[in-house]
Amino acid sequence: MALTPRTTIPEEEYAYPGSTGCPGCGANLVMRYLLKGLGDRTIVTIPACCWAVMPGYWPSHCLKIPMVYCAFEATAASLSGIRAALDVRGETDVTVVGFAGDGGTVDIGLQALSGAAERQTDAIYVMYDNEAYMNTGIQRSGSTPWGAWTTTTPVGDAKGFKREPKKDIMRIMEAHDVPYAATVSVGHPEDFVKKVRKAKEVSGFRFIHAYSPCPPGWRMNPMKTIEVARLAVDSRIFPLYEIVNGDLTITRKGKGVPVSEYLSLQGRFAHLSEEDIAKIQIGVDEAFAAMEKRAATKN
Amino acid sequence: MTKSYEAIPLTPISSEPSTINKTGLWRVFYPVVDLEKCKKCTLCWKFCPDATIELVDGIPVIDLEFCKGCGICANECPAKCIVMVKEGEG
Ligand SMILES: Cc1ncc(C[n+]2csc(CCOP(=O)(O)OP(=O)(O)O)c2C)c(N)n1
Ligand code: SF4
Ligand SMILES: [Mg+2]
Repeated sequence: MALTPRTTIPEEEYAYPGSTGCPGCGANLVMRYLLKGLGDRTIVTIPACCWAVMPGYWPSHCLKIPMVYCAFEATAASLSGIRAALDVRGETDVTVVGFAGDGGTVDIGLQALSGAAERQTDAIYVMYDNEAYMNTGIQRSGSTPWGAWTTTTPVGDAKGFKREPKKDIMRIMEAHDVPYAATVSVGHPEDFVKKVRKAKEVSGFRFIHAYSPCPPGWRMNPMKTIEVARLAVDSRIFPLYEIVNGDLTITRKGKGVPVSEYLSLQGRFAHLSEEDIAKIQIGVDEAFAAMEKRAATKN
Repeated sequence: MTKSYEAIPLTPISSEPSTINKTGLWRVFYPVVDLEKCKKCTLCWKFCPDATIELVDGIPVIDLEFCKGCGICANECPAKCIVMVKEGEG
């Protein structure tokens, strides 16, 4: 008798089809895996970003759970208010989630985020990182990596592509002593769901940094979304790790493929010279070596 | 006719699922699954951004009313049993 095939992540879906995300959008998968891990006793608050548009045209909506729209800079203020209201009503079993883009998190939303983290508001903050302001037309954010083309870091003039490194939001969150912080990727759904479930069991402020490929913004074929996400982990450009009460654990080491394999799939890096790519490789190798060293010295 | 403010909800509230939005109309390429080659690994189901794939005894059934034709399933299928075909051809 044939074995019944088993899925490796929960089968239950918390979104209907009909979302207006672009074909191959990683952010759709971030939400899909997040809710598979959290279940339906969840409320999300979402600021201006692609996900504010992706639920669909009014009066329709793709999520099966309640969602609130908030102002661009206000995700963490909004989640704090929702948490307080639920606590007054005694609904302490509901998980409150702030779900924002990278621009809404590392740039404009940073102040509210810092406040909620410092107060240890009991909620989960998820940043889906497509590495630019995609909803408004691919403008650079603090989370855009060095070397990337965006519409505000055009290629060709004297200045050229983005010359500043990516802001490391995980280090910023760590400085707030949050009890749980983790990176997740749409290329590794099992690791993703596992970390979300773990975060759900912790109380206090929890932070999840989700890697979210964007085919139009990254100038790549939409069928490559998962492939590029896996290459980001395998090249150690986006390592998968978690920090639990200050202890860092790398959850996927990655194969250590050259960064050029990752970069070459995306038109936003097409202009980079061999020296530029070598520079990125050195930076990635150094950062990963430091991370491994830290992971080895747990208390 | 203008409504009194009491008749207007405090905030617009969604009342219908997004299934009224037939995103399959966006498609340029559509997926064709060779069911004989399918190994029932469920990877295509796992990676569909829009959850348009249903598993029937482990076999993928793709809802073309909503599939946007991104091609992730074809790219990820380890048995290479999904091909993308241009709409109007094949
Ligand atoms: C106060 C304010 N400033 C600017 C905007 C315009 N705006 C809407 S979405 C957006 C970009 C969001 O970027 P990000 O947070 O990275 O999310 P993404 O669109 O990439 O998913 C901007 C600038 C706004 N809605 N509110
Ligand atoms: S612009 Fe990028 S992040 Fe936004 S919906 Fe499209 S693919 Fe997703
Ligand atoms: Mg963004």
